[in-house]
This record gives sequence, C-alpha cells and structure tokens, in this order.
Amino acid sequence: MVLFPVTDHVLRPFAASGRRTLAALGSVGRAWALFAGSFRALGDLRVWGPMLLPQMARIGVASVPIALFIATFTGIVMSLQASYTLTGTIPLYFVGTLVGKTMILELGPALTGLTLAGRVGANISAEIGTMRVTEQVDALETLAYNPLAYLVVPRVLAGLVMFPFVVLLAIAVGIASGWITALELLDMSSAEFIKGLRLFFAPWDVWFAVIKSVSFGAVVTGVGCFCGLQTEQGAEGVGRSATRTVVISSMLILCLDAFWAATLL
Amino acid sequence: MSIQLRGVRKSFGEKEVLRGFTLTVEDGETSAIVGPSGCGKSVLLKHLVGLLRPDAGTVFVDGQSVPDLTRKELVRLRRRIGYVFQFAALFDSMTVAANVGMGLRRLPGWDRRRIESRVAECLELVDLDRLGDRYPAQLSGGQRKRAGLARAIAASPKYLLYDEPTTGLDPVTTAVIDRLVLRMRDELGVTALVVTHDMTSAFRVADRITLLHRGRARFTGAPSEVRSAEDDVLRGFVDGDPARYYGIDQSVDGVRGQEGQDDGA
Repeated sequence: MVLFPVTDHVLRPFAASGRRTLAALGSVGRAWALFAGSFRALGDLRVWGPMLLPQMARIGVASVPIALFIATFTGIVMSLQASYTLTGTIPLYFVGTLVGKTMILELGPALTGLTLAGRVGANISAEIGTMRVTEQVDALETLAYNPLAYLVVPRVLAGLVMFPFVVLLAIAVGIASGWITALELLDMSSAEFIKGLRLFFAPWDVWFAVIKSVSFGAVVTGVGCFCGLQTEQGAEGVGRSATRTVVISSMLILCLDAFWAATLL
Repeated sequence: MSIQLRGVRKSFGEKEVLRGFTLTVEDGETSAIVGPSGCGKSVLLKHLVGLLRPDAGTVFVDGQSVPDLTRKELVRLRRRIGYVFQFAALFDSMTVAANVGMGLRRLPGWDRRRIESRVAECLELVDLDRLGDRYPAQLSGGQRKRAGLARAIAASPKYLLYDEPTTGLDPVTTAVIDRLVLRMRDELGVTALVVTHDMTSAFRVADRITLLHRGRARFTGAPSEVRSAEDDVLRGFVDGDPARYYGIDQSVDGVRGQEGQDDGA
C-alpha cells in the first residue's frame, strides 16, 4: 500500500520553485558573464572609444534638465518642511543644515539615481532590446564587432563618469532652491541659511555622494545593458525589458544606498 | 568542401529544432535550403557564423570547426563570411553608406578614403548608389534587403549566407534580388547558402536544393531533380499541397494539427 502517493499535483510546486531557482541562477551566471566579457572588451578601445563622448552626452548632459527640475522642487519642499518642523523649538538657521545635509548625503544622489534609472536605464534597455530582436546585435557579431565593446562598455563608462556630475549639479541646485525659498518664504537671511549650511558640513559628505552616484551609474547602465541583451519576443519583450530594468535598478539603488550608509558613515 | 554540417542537433528548451542535419556545400556553389516557415532554417545559418552552438554534430566552414574556434579565430572567420539577414538588420541610427562601411572599419589597413570608395562600389552593385545618405527607415523593403546585401559583400567575403532574402517582397523585387544573388556568384565567385521558403526563388538561384523537414535533410538534389522527384513530402512542399506534405487528410483541422511538428525558431 502506498501511504503517500507522489502525484503530479504534489510535485508541481517543487518543480515550479526549482525552475525559478534555476532561472535565477542562470541570470546571475549571465550577469557575471556580461561583467567579465565587458571587462575584457575594455581592451577594444578602437571600438568603444569613438562611442564614449556621444554616450556621455546622451546619458549625462541630456539628463541634466530632469535631474535639476526634481532637485529644484526637492530643495523648496525640504526648506519649507524643515521650517515647519523646527519653528518654535530649534533655531531657524538649522533649515540650512537640514537642507544641505539631506541634499548631499541622501536626496541628491538617491532621487537623481532613481530618476535616471527610469530615464537612462529604460532608454538603454529599450534601444539594445530593439537591436536584439531586430538582429542588429547578431549583425554586429557577423561584422566582427564584439557587441559588448560596441554597446555595453561605452554606456557603462559614460554612466560611471556622468552620474556624479549630474548628482553634484542636482545637489547644488537643490541647496540653491532651498536657500532662495528660505529667503523669500521663510523670512530668513542669507547669513542665517549659510550659517546653518556650514554648521555640520564635512567635505567627506561630498565624496560620499560621489561614491554613491558612481555606483548608481554602474547599476543603472549595467542593468539596462543586461536586460536589453536578454530581450526576446519582439515589441512586447522590449517593453518587458525596459520595465525590468527600472524595477531592478531602482531596487539595487536603494540596497546600495543602505550599504554605503552602513559602511562609509 | 567549404561548408559541411554533419549530424547537427539543436534544441531550445524541450523543442528539438535540428535532429541530425547533414549538408555539404562545395566551393563556388549556391545551395538553397528550403522548408516551411519556422522549421529551423535560420537556426541552421546561425551555426555557420558561431551565433549558435550545436548540441551535437559538427559544423565546418572553410576547413575550420566553428564551435571549437576561439573568439579571435571566429572574428577572422566572420571576416570571410557575409550574412544577409531576413529583415536586413540595418543599424537604424546610421545612414545606408555607414551601414555598408561598418564591417570595413574593423579591417586593418582600411582608411576613410578606401572605405568610401568600396562603399560606393558596393552600393552601385546593388543599384543603391544614390541612396547612400538615407536612413534605413526611409527605404522600402526591397531597398533594405539590397542595402543588407551591399553590407554583406563589402569586405569581399568568400562565403555569403542569405536568410530569407526574398521574404515579404513583391514578385518583381524578388526577381531583382535573385538576379543579385546570381550576380554575386558569377562576379565575385562566392560560395553561397540561401535559406528560403520561396521555391520560385530557390529554383532560380540554386545549384542544389535541400529540403529541411523535421530537423533533417529530407532531400538534396539539383533543381531539375527536385522538379522530377517523387518524394511525397518534397512534392507537397514544392506544389504547396499541405495534405501531401504532412501526409494526412485535407481538412483544415488535420493540417493545423500537423503544423506544430515543423516549428523551429
């Protein structure tokens, strides 16, 4: 007599979780192969060199308006909310401290990173994904190009270089908009705001923001390239890759944000 | 012999597309592989340039075992092969002339002037000499195919692989493309492999025709032998007779039930 008959019904959940585990391990393996292959492709300077400046313009310069728009309003809101929280308890010049510290340490890098995950990551993924499903990536290979040198290396390098610049610009604009808000809406003087701004300022904070933004740049461009190259099944697949890029890179940005805070501060 | 496939097997997941395919293409010959859409013809071509690796069997091109080549050896082999993609796979962001010159930029000793002169020559060969500065999106289907052909022949390859060169074209444009395929053989002396489901085109361009059926070479012979062959499956395909091809009753349901048997990638 069989006490525990092993039926398809019983095995199905195990089979499904096994398939998911294998798929996840496969993705990790492919991501590692992409990383190792891209590292080797760095030697192919003749291929990626001419692509670097255009990619820096597309990834960095073209992202400046949206990054500054978000930073401007973040600075305004920070300034107003700091004043609301501090009024009557703590001297108002701490508005400058709060705006400066949070913009440099957290909101500048994290908000800009998340914004660029949408703007840059989705763009890279959709572009490379379209090239994949229309066989342009295969065409590159048949023309003796290494697709990693042509597509991945210039984008990731451009991300590494340009993200810190965009983030630093966003921080500066965010602080400036908070300052103007303090002058115009909170009846503070410039001297008071600057006093607060300088109170706990440490140059290391700026380096902290730069380190974070470099890592965000690597994540957004790397994930965009990876998802783009994995694209299958036409236009629907391209859409799926773009969505996956935004979700994965946003999650990784938040994880890295916590990691850097835990290890560097 | 210049192209030789022996017992090639390839599966995608549980779907076995090639089940021991064998084919030999002699030097200077134009061979056609015919079969219904989705039977694995394009998969077969991709093995010849190392875009796919066989699960079993051997793939030799120019005396070299393609799956065993190092990346550098593969790049050298690919410079001797021109690949015409089904939908041309032109790079959207580049002009037609830049597309044609793309492979030449990777060749040692080719300066800008030499590349421009060769690009002009290739565009003239496919009658696109006045459209070099257009973008792929501005071309008709036939023009795109011709531009893809110009790109494939630019580096004067020894082998030309055509993936469905006439799919989606009107009969007149199909005849123009077929004439170009013959011109490549006669003027450039290339060894060519054409995969197509267009029998008119196959009869026009091929020295030998192979029917790919359920992952294997069902029949190989000269066009005259194909015309007079008695093989039911071959006759069914050539005459467009589903009942004979699938060997079943003529009802739509009966045919539909058999179509999945041929699905490749």
